Amino acid sequence: MAKYKIAVIGGRESVMGFKALGLDVFTAEDPNEARQTFRELVREGEEYAIIYITECLSVNLKAEIDKVKDKPFPAVILIPDKEGSIGLGMAALKSAVERAVGADIL
Amino acid sequence: MASKHVNPTRMEMKRIKARLKTARRGHRLLKDKRDELMRQFMEIVHENRVLRERVEKGLSEAMAALSTASAVMSPEMLEQALLYPKQSVELGVSYKNVMSVHVPVYEFKTKNNDPSEIYPYGFAMTSGELDDALSALSGVFTDMLELARIEKTMQLLAQEIEKTRRRVNALEYIMIPEMEQNIRFITMKLDENERGNIIRLMKVKDMILQQAHGYEI
Repeated sequence: MAKYKIAVIGGRESVMGFKALGLDVFTAEDPNEARQTFRELVREGEEYAIIYITECLSVNLKAEIDKVKDKPFPAVILIPDKEGSIGLGMAALKSAVERAVGADIL
Repeated sequence: MASKHVNPTRMEMKRIKARLKTARRGHRLLKDKRDELMRQFMEIVHENRVLRERVEKGLSEAMAALSTASAVMSPEMLEQALLYPKQSVELGVSYKNVMSVHVPVYEFKTKNNDPSEIYPYGFAMTSGELDDALSALSGVFTDMLELARIEKTMQLLAQEIEKTRRRVNALEYIMIPEMEQNIRFITMKLDENERGNIIRLMKVKDMILQQAHGYEI
């Protein structure tokens, strides 16, 4: 079984705690920075199996995230940031259901 | 409406009939696949929803605790405390086959198994709030991993279901009706030819009889 790492992208204050857990933390204060980081992480070959990204930053990265959605690798997971959830994670769940079923049944 | 031109021959009909049979079988199989995928998908969606709610709640709490910690401590101190992590994680990924969809299974390994190893600092210079925040964070982390697995599985299943559904619909509403139409067209054409042939033979017979015996009908 190959060895992979886990990355977290987000605002400094939101994600610094993950550093203590041993995850690779990439801080990004604005969307452009986040996009840059995200692209690099995905491009870096198969190093990161899971990328956690804060919801706020994901808004502007929708195209990039959708691109890796259908690949088995890596998993991009939205997490709330320090201001709390803005419902995007749930929205992603809903859109997946819509895609599969053809209607929003939740 | 036979959209394409088909040769009205017996051989062509035989060929189309064989294709139709395959298409019907494929349709039935794909339909079964879709139903089973859907069943599993709904289970996973439900699980995912519960888990996401839990993770979001847990993370919000942990981050609130972290905010408190950063309020109590100076930013430099906090930065310094978290600068060099003691813990490191490794993730093994293997794949499980669910209805021919390869979904990831994560296996999580930490370098240090001691749970107290998440605090990468001495306790003298840091506040207790930071300890609380980190322990809350590590508590929610197992759920986060599980969420990653389930969410990815869900996405992959959704994609597969979409694909299968399209195939089922294409077979059901386009391929199969079209082939049935073509078969009907060929049968009609062949029958028509047959009738034309019989009429011709009857005409010829009449002509020959007239020549031989000279009588009218």
